Amino acid sequence: MRILTGLAFVGIVASLYAAFIYAPTEAVMGPVQRIFYFHMGTVWVATIAFIIVFISSIQYLRKESRFWDVLALSSAEIGVLFITLTIITGSIWAKPVWGTWWTWDPQLTTTFVLWILYVVYLILRSSAGGDPRKAKYAAVFGIIAFLDLPLVYASARLMRGISPVVFGGSGGGIAPEMMVALLVNLVGFTLLFLLLLKQRIDIERMTDELSKLKLEEASQ
Amino acid sequence: MRKIWAIVWKDIITELRTKELLSSMLTFALLIIVIFNFAFDFSSELIPTAAPAILWVAFTFAGVLGLGRSFALEKEGNSILGILLTPTDRTIIFLGKMISNAIFVFIVALLILPMFVLFFNYGLSRSLMPLLLIVFLGTIGFAAVGTLFSAMALNTKLREVLLPILIFPIIIPVIVSSVKLSGAVLSGNPMSRAGSALQVLVSFDIIFLVICAVVFEYVIEE
Repeated sequence: MRILTGLAFVGIVASLYAAFIYAPTEAVMGPVQRIFYFHMGTVWVATIAFIIVFISSIQYLRKESRFWDVLALSSAEIGVLFITLTIITGSIWAKPVWGTWWTWDPQLTTTFVLWILYVVYLILRSSAGGDPRKAKYAAVFGIIAFLDLPLVYASARLMRGISPVVFGGSGGGIAPEMMVALLVNLVGFTLLFLLLLKQRIDIERMTDELSKLKLEEASQ
Repeated sequence: MRKIWAIVWKDIITELRTKELLSSMLTFALLIIVIFNFAFDFSSELIPTAAPAILWVAFTFAGVLGLGRSFALEKEGNSILGILLTPTDRTIIFLGKMISNAIFVFIVALLILPMFVLFFNYGLSRSLMPLLLIVFLGTIGFAAVGTLFSAMALNTKLREVLLPILIFPIIIPVIVSSVKLSGAVLSGNPMSRAGSALQVLVSFDIIFLVICAVVFEYVIEE
C-alpha cells in the first residue's frame, strides 16, 4: 500500500512536470493545450474504470462473490469522478479553442450519456439499500449500460452527421516530446487510479467487517 | 410457447376487466401532446421537425407509466410469487411480460396516431405502413429494456420513480433512430441516413432482446 502511494505520488508529480515544463508549447492553441495531457489521463482512467465495472458485473452474476461486487462499486465511483473531470477539463480546453464550453458532437454527447449512465448506476446501488440481493440489479445495469454505449455513439452520429476530430490540434504528426509527456501522464494517472481503487476497496471491506461484527454483537 | 401466451393472455384479460393501464397511458400521452402544443408556438416550419419528436416523447413517457404499473400490479396481488413457483424458465416469464407490455404500448400508439394526424394535419395514407413498422420496432426495444428494469425498480427504495431514471438513458438509441425515421417517413423525404438509423434501431432490438431475456433471471428472484 505504501509502495503504491509512493509510486502514485511520483507518477502524478512526473505527469505535472511533463505537462507543464517538459512538453513544448503547441503552435496553434498555445499554452491552454497543455490541459490535453490531463484530459487524456482522465479519459484513459475513466475508460479502464468502466471496463472493470463491466467485467466485474458479469463475474458477479456468474460467481456471486462479494469481491466482484466491491470491485464494481469502487471502480464505478472512481470512474464517475474521472469522467466528471474529463468533461470539466474538456470544457476548459474547448472554450478558448472552439469558442464554446460545449457542443453536441457525437464524442461529447456519448461522454455525457456515459456520465449519466454511471451516475444512474450509483443511484441504483444506493436505492437498493446495500442489500446483497439488490447488488445483482446494479450488476445487470452495469452490463446493459456498457453494451448500450456503442449504440448511443451511433445514434449521436445520426444526429449530427459529422464528428470533428477532437484532438486535431496536434495535426498529423505529434511531436516526440508531446508523446512522451502524454505517456507519462497516462502512466501517472493509472497509478493514481490504482491507488484510489485499492483504498476504496479497503474501505468497503472494512465496512463489511464492521457490519458483521455488529451483527455478531447483536445476536449475543 | 404456450406458457408465454398464458402470461400474455392473463395480462390482456386483466386489462380488459379494469382498463386502468390503457386509459391512464392514453390520457397521459394525449396530455403530453397538448402540453407541447401550449409550450411551443407551432409555426408550420416547426412542425416537421418537432412533430415526430413529440410523438416519441409521448409514447415513451406513457410507456414508462404503463410499464411501472404493469409490474406493480403483479406485486400488489402477490402474483409474482405464483408465477415464480410454476416450473418455468425465467426467460419465458420475461418474454410473456415483455410481449404484453409491448402490446399495451403499441395499442396506445395506434390510438395516438389518429389524434396526431388530426392535431398536426398530416396526410398519413402513404406513410402509414412504414410508420407502423417504425413504431413496432421502437416498441420492442423499449419493452425489452423496460420489462427488465421495471422488475428491478419495484424492489428498490425509490420504487417506480427509479424506472424512468433507469430507462431513458438506455433507450436513447431507440428514441433517436425512431424520431429520425418517423420524421423521414412523415415528411415524405427519404432521409440520407435512413439506412443507418434503421440499423441502429434493429441492432438495439436484437441485442437488448437477447441480453434482457438472459439477465432477467438474476433480477426476478424473490
